[in-house]
This record gives sequence, C-alpha cells and structure tokens, in this order.
Amino acid sequence: MKFPSRKNALYLRLISFIFILFVSPNLIANSDHTNQLNETISTLLVKSFKQKTQAVKALAELDHPQSMVILEALLDTKLYYQRADKTIVIIHKNDQGYAIKKALNNKSLGIVKKKSLKKITTNNKLRKTIRSLLAQKKILNNDLSIRQAAIKEILTKTDPSLLSTLQDARNKEKVAAQQELLDLAIALIQADNAETETRLSAINLLGSSLYPVARGKLQELLNTNGQGEFLETNEQIITATQSALKKINGKLSFFNNIETLFFGLSLGSVLLLSAIGLAITFGVMGVINMAHGEMMMLGAYTTYLIQQVMPNSIGLSLLVAIPAAFMVAGLFGIAIERGIIRHLYGRPLETLLATFGISLLLQQMVRTLISAQNVAVVTPSWLSGSLIINPAFSITYNRIYIFFFALIVFALLLAILKKTTLGLQVRAVAQNRGMATAMGIKTKWVDSLTFGLGSGVAGVAGVALSQLTNVGPNLGQAYIIDSFMVVVFGGVENIWGTLVAAMTLGVANKFLEPWAGAVMAKIIVLVFLILFIQKRPNGLFPQKGRSSGGH
Amino acid sequence: MVTKTLKKLVIASAITASTMAAGMAWAADTIKVGVLHSLSGTMAISETTLKDTVLMMVEEQNKKGGLLGKKLEAVVVDPASNWPLFAEKTRELIEKEKVDVIFGCWTSVSRKSVLPVIEELNGLLFYPVQYEGEESSKNVFYTGAAPNQQAIPAVDYLMNEVGAKRWVLAGTDYVYPRTTNKILEAYLIAKGVKKEDIMINYTPFGHSDWQSIVSDIKKFGSQGKKTAVVSTINGDANVPFYKELGNQNISSEEIPVVAFSVGEEELSGIDTKPLVGHLAAWNYFMSVENAENEAFIKQWHAFIKNEKRVTNDPMEATYIGFNMWAKAVEKAKSTKTDAVEQAMIGIEVPNLTGGKAVMNKNHHLSKPVLIGEIQEDGQIETVWSTEGTVPGDAWSDFLPVSMDLVSDWTSPIKCGNFNTKTKKCSAN
Repeated sequence: MKFPSRKNALYLRLISFIFILFVSPNLIANSDHTNQLNETISTLLVKSFKQKTQAVKALAELDHPQSMVILEALLDTKLYYQRADKTIVIIHKNDQGYAIKKALNNKSLGIVKKKSLKKITTNNKLRKTIRSLLAQKKILNNDLSIRQAAIKEILTKTDPSLLSTLQDARNKEKVAAQQELLDLAIALIQADNAETETRLSAINLLGSSLYPVARGKLQELLNTNGQGEFLETNEQIITATQSALKKINGKLSFFNNIETLFFGLSLGSVLLLSAIGLAITFGVMGVINMAHGEMMMLGAYTTYLIQQVMPNSIGLSLLVAIPAAFMVAGLFGIAIERGIIRHLYGRPLETLLATFGISLLLQQMVRTLISAQNVAVVTPSWLSGSLIINPAFSITYNRIYIFFFALIVFALLLAILKKTTLGLQVRAVAQNRGMATAMGIKTKWVDSLTFGLGSGVAGVAGVALSQLTNVGPNLGQAYIIDSFMVVVFGGVENIWGTLVAAMTLGVANKFLEPWAGAVMAKIIVLVFLILFIQKRPNGLFPQKGRSSGGH
Repeated sequence: MVTKTLKKLVIASAITASTMAAGMAWAADTIKVGVLHSLSGTMAISETTLKDTVLMMVEEQNKKGGLLGKKLEAVVVDPASNWPLFAEKTRELIEKEKVDVIFGCWTSVSRKSVLPVIEELNGLLFYPVQYEGEESSKNVFYTGAAPNQQAIPAVDYLMNEVGAKRWVLAGTDYVYPRTTNKILEAYLIAKGVKKEDIMINYTPFGHSDWQSIVSDIKKFGSQGKKTAVVSTINGDANVPFYKELGNQNISSEEIPVVAFSVGEEELSGIDTKPLVGHLAAWNYFMSVENAENEAFIKQWHAFIKNEKRVTNDPMEATYIGFNMWAKAVEKAKSTKTDAVEQAMIGIEVPNLTGGKAVMNKNHHLSKPVLIGEIQEDGQIETVWSTEGTVPGDAWSDFLPVSMDLVSDWTSPIKCGNFNTKTKKCSAN
C-alpha cells in the first residue's frame, strides 16, 4: 500500500478545504432556513386571524419544502400545538389516540391524548388564502389532477402577479381541458391591464366562456362611478365588453331555462310517485283516501329501519327497502280496506272522515313506537353531489336518480295494468263495476288488491322521499295535498293523465317560483287548478263511457 | 231512615273534605314549573333538548333543597309545533296545573300566541331563544338575543371581516324572519348597500325543495361581488337546505351562510362535512373553554346519559333564566308573578362563557356576541367575539316605528313601549 506522500496529503487537505468552503454555506443556509422556518411557524400561535394570515404568507414565501406540508396540515385542521411547551405538531388520528409529529421536521413524538393539544384554528378567509398560496405552487405539478384542482382554485381569485407563472404553465400544458382553463385565467388577468389588442382578445375569450368568473369580470369592466359614467376610458373596450356580455347573458339564460325545466321535471317526478297510487285507488273505487300520505311515511320509515339493520351497506339498503316498503305499505293498505273501507262502501263522506282518522292513528303509532322527532336516513355517496354538464348547468344526482326511478315505477304500473290479469280486472271494475261483477270478476277481491297496490306504490314513493326530505311522522301531511291536486288535474281514466298532470304542475311551479316565491307559486298553481276544474270537472283525461261517475 | 241517610252524608262529606284537604296539602308542598316546548312536529328538532334542560335544572334545584322549603315539580306539555295549541296549553298550565312559571316557546309565532294568554292570566314566561325584538311584556323575560345582540353584529362581521357586498336574506315565512329582515334591510341600506344587491326570500315551515332557491343564490353570488347569505330559516327545513348547499357545491369560502337559528343541536343530525366554514351567530358555543361550561356539559351528559349529546345557546339561556328565576324567588320570598317580576330586575348570575349575565330593566339580558364557524364534527368554533357584553335592545333603532321606544319596567315608567319623544306609554 502506498502511504500518502507529502504531496498527496497536501492535495487531500486542499480538496477537503474546498469541500468545506462550498458545502458549509449550504449547510449554514439550510440551518438558517430551518431557523427561519421555526421562527415563522411559531408566529402561527397568535390569536388574531390577521396575524395568522401574515404568518401563512411568510411561510409560503420562505419556500422551505416543509412549508407546503405545514400549510396543508393547517388547511386540513390537523395543525395543533402542545399546551405544555407550545411545540407545533401535525396530528394523525388513530384508534389509540392522536399520533403527533413535530411540524418543523416531521419527527414523530408518539401518541398523546386530545386534552394535551390545542388546535390552531382557521377561518374562511384564512383557508382561502392558504388555498390560493398552495395552488400557485401546484399549478406546475406533474400530476394532472393536482394541476386541475390548482387552476380551479386560482380561477376563483386571479392574482395579476401570477401571469408569468400561468403563461409558463400554459406553455408546458398538453391536456386540452387544462389549457382552456389556463387560457381563461390568463384572459381574466389580461382583460384588465395589457395593450388594447391583448385586452380585446382577452375580452373575446371571456365572452365565449360559461364560467361565472368570466361574466363577473366583464361586469366589473363596465363599472360606473357615482355619476353613471364608465370607469373604463377606452371606447373600444367598452363596446367589446358589452357585446361579449350580451353573448354570455344569452347563453346563460338559455341554460337557466333548461335548469328550471329540469327542476320542474324532478318536482314532477316526486309528485308522480306520490299521486299515482292515489289515482289508482281513487279511479277504481272512488275512495278518497286521506291516509295516502301516511302510506308514504310508512315507506320512508321502512327505509330507516332497514338502514338500522344493515348499517354498513347503505346503497344496498335502499334497493332492499324498495320491495320491503311496497310490502309494508301494501299490507297496511289491504288491512285498511278490508277492515274499514269496505264497510263504508258507497258513502264517500264517511270514507273521507274514516281515512282521515286512520291517518292520525298511523302518525301517532309511529310517534309512540319509534319517536316523535325526525329520524336520520342516510344518503349513499352515489346519490350526493351533482353532475356538472357545463359551468352554467349542473344537476344534483339524487334528483336524476329519482326522476328515472319514477319513470320506471310508472312503466311497471302501466305493464301491470295493461298486461296482467289483475290489471285487466282492475280496469274492468273501474269502467263498469256492475258489468264486471256480472262477468264473474270478484270485485271485492279486486278492491282489496287495488287498495294494496295503490298503497304499496305510495310506500315505494316514501323510499324516494326519504332521500329528499326529513323523515318524520308528519311526512305524509306535506304531500297529501299535492297528490290530490295531481289526481284532480289529471283525471282518473288512465295513469298517463297522472304523468302529464304531475309533470305539468311540477314545471309550472318551478317556473313561477323565481319571480313569485315558493309560497306564492303554490297559491297561483292552486288557483289555476280551481279555475281549470270549473271548465273540466273530470280533469285532463276524464273517464269515458256511461259508467263514469256511477260507481 | 233520616238518620241513616244523614250518617251516610256526614261520612261522605268527611271523606271528601279530608281527601281534598290532603290533596291541597300535598299540592301545596311543590312549586310547579311549566315546560312549554314542542316535542313533535317541525320544531321538535330544536325544542326537545330545552325540555330536557329544564328537567335537569329542576332536578338540580331539588338536590339543593328546592325553593322556599318546597320541592319543584316540572309539568311538561307538548304543543306539537302548533301555534294556537301553544296558547291552549299555556291556559292549561296556568289555570289547571297552577304552575308558577313557564319555561317555553321557540318560534316567535308561538310566543305571540302565548302572549295574550299569559298577560290575561298574569303568568310568567321565560323565553330562551333569539328573536326579532319589537316586544317587551311585563310577563315575559327574554333570555335570548335581541337583534342588536345577534343579527346586527353578524352583519357587521360579514361586512367588515368577510367583505360582503351582496346579501341574500333567506328566512322561514313568519314574524321573526320578516321583522329581522326588515331591520337588516334598513341597516344595510343605511350602510350604503344598493337595493339590487339585496335578495330577500321566504319559504314555508318544513320546506324541502331547495333546488331553485339554492341555484338562485349561486347565480346571485357569481356576479363578481362577494356575496353572503343571512339565514333565518327555522326548524327541520334547515336539514334539506344545507344538504342542497352541499349537493350544489356552494363552499363557505365562496358564499358564506350565517344562520341565526342553527346551532349544535340542529347540526347533530346532519353530515357537517360539506358545511365546514359556514357560520352561526349566538351568545354561547359549546366549544367555549371555561370552568362553568365544562361543569355544565358534564352535568348535562350525566343527566341525559349520553356523552355524544351537545349543548347550545338556547340551553345556556334556559340555564341563565332558571337560575335567575330561582334567585328572584328567594329574594322575593314568594313565587307570585308580581313579586318575582320586581325582584328579577338587576339579578346577576354567571353565564357559561366566563362572565356574568344581568337582567336589565327592559327584561332583556346583557350578553356577549360570538360569531363561529361550523367544524367537521358539528361543533362551532368562535372566530370573532365582542369585547364585553352587549345589553339587549327590545326596540330596534333602525326601524322608524321603534327607534323612539324604550322599555323600562321599573318605577316610575313601568312601561314596555315608552315613547321617549312624546314621553307617553304607547298602548300595545
């Protein structure tokens, strides 16, 4: 082995000296950086939100790799401090308690009790600031979904200082949808301050965007001072903005109308589900069933009870609840028919009173057996949230599913009535009871089954309602009047009448609501209905033939 | 023959008299406390917990030996969110059950129904819920917030801290939201907000189809100016309202909603994840840390036998009201309405936010104002609060009809709506 000669030793010393010269500043800088980080973090311990905002901004500016981690934790309500020594920690909840690690360097500090920690609180404004700061860093991330979230955040409040970052991101971007959003963000900035040419093309781009921020920006450009004069001095800009705004407004009102139409159809589908059972019982037997709402309530409570039995599969519980609710409500219906209604055959007023009494009984039964208060029916995750078709138009999932559900129930009922023997008999009894008896149809049987069918459908409606509204003993009361309105309007000849009536009333109600208010809209629809039945007492689709009205 | 009937008569009357005497003696041994809260219907979600709070306070007081040497007995009735039934039940409590005090009501319409009855029968009502003001009755003690202790500070917070420029005032269709919105509209316009930047909207109790309204709020709030929603929606209509806000993705950072009638109890039944950051304005939150509140929460959990139950502002108001009533009864050495009413003025008891509550001449309390944000676990955390307490003003300074009125139930004025300009007591 060659021993280091004097020359080599000299070289070694020189190299290590140079090494120290270059590396140590970095090391010092790093420890400096960490010290700065430590100082900045501790400013988060203040109470005032204004000061916290300054601390957060300083943290972001520091650009330490740990800054992002700390800001994310603060946003997630996972940044706490130990009451004892004020060390700032990031928590992770597990079965044993709160696992904490030091915010400064992610060093684990073990598991502690909640009582030893105090949360570092945020408010809306602070969280918004943090989100913007994080988004600015994330806009150039490699992961597409992170970039998408970042641009969405930036669009809510475009800071002009981001222009170069955005343009940089745009140049690097390959995905078309993301490019569109980046162009929009850039246009939002350039509409305000750039040369006229750039401004005009920015305004043009904004004019073809359906995002609410685009419209907001255009309106901002047309702001006037106290005397009504435009704050913007460039005539070209004003004209361009006005025409762009006109373009957007036209599109927006179009989508607005479609949205209202959808709201109306979804309200109509709820009305359809509520009323269709009533149309059948009213049509066949001429019985005014005031307990119909309670059948829906029983269906909703069946959903609740099934969810109690299968708490881990909420989605499946809904599917199980549909036939279960049908059976429960149907059986109650048959019991009511056999027990009370058949004895009051031919006496409509007594039937009305009797069924009203039954409705009170059923409400009190539920209050006593379960609870007087509302019960919580869980909505599965696939029913929450909305489907975003474009920035100006989105529909909530629960209403979409219920709309198609109502149509399926309608189609099934139509099939039962048109294709099965029971359906044939039901229609026969509805058209001419005397003749049907003469033909050998057991009308008493048909009556019971019809009532059961109508009530069962109401039960199924209750399952749908449990996803839209509070489930309580009074649920039926909210829908009974609407159900009768639909049946009166649609007539009792065939259930197509119920479909048309339900959708018409729903759409009319929703188109009136924006300018008349929820309460007034209902009143107007009711008044219209009263006037309508003066002209056509038997509804849209009255029963034909000599037997109509002569049960 | 006559002697036999006479003997029977004497024995019968003796028995009747002794039972009656025994009955009266038995009845005279307890002080009856009426509880008039809806235990069913649309308001049950909010009021049931207040009934339990009164029962807990009665039990606690009885452990301390009752009042004036007698035990307290709670008489609970259910007016079922039916406003005329509130009036009937009040009459039943006072005339039939002979209660000495009633703790009850939530909606202002229920209180307005009770008012003529309680004034006619000279009863005593402790009303623990925030309301719209414009009232001050000799027979009612208002331990909840008046608009200047809740609504106005909340609007100030939104204007100054959040920077709101457009306003949606959404309420249930009855007297409290209508009056509060009148006050707020006048206040906003006085502060320079234009009429087209204010959208007012009313819905019936129990309204569940919020699609169009929430969509309208979204559109109204996307016009480029920061928009905030002030919600006076009451009862279980709040549940589908907040669900729809979540479904249509209205985040609290874009369009914050501040509610005046939603607290920890109403939130305990819903999934609060989509609601994080939306606001509530009260004079107490369960999350406030101090010794009295911790003790109260512990006592509540032990009484209701459920560690998951929450406490809220109307419960604190019930707690304050009950303690004040007990103190006033001991001061007046009587449970008679007139004596207690006079003794109440100036009574001080600790509140649950670390300070003291004092009953003022206008039958309102001085309370601190807390604005809080809803957290993921359904708790509400304070983000802003007043330095000290704000004395309740029964007659709003922002409405022309009430700006000159004050309420003062001490001598010499002894009037609920005294006009300071004409120096006359205006007839109700």
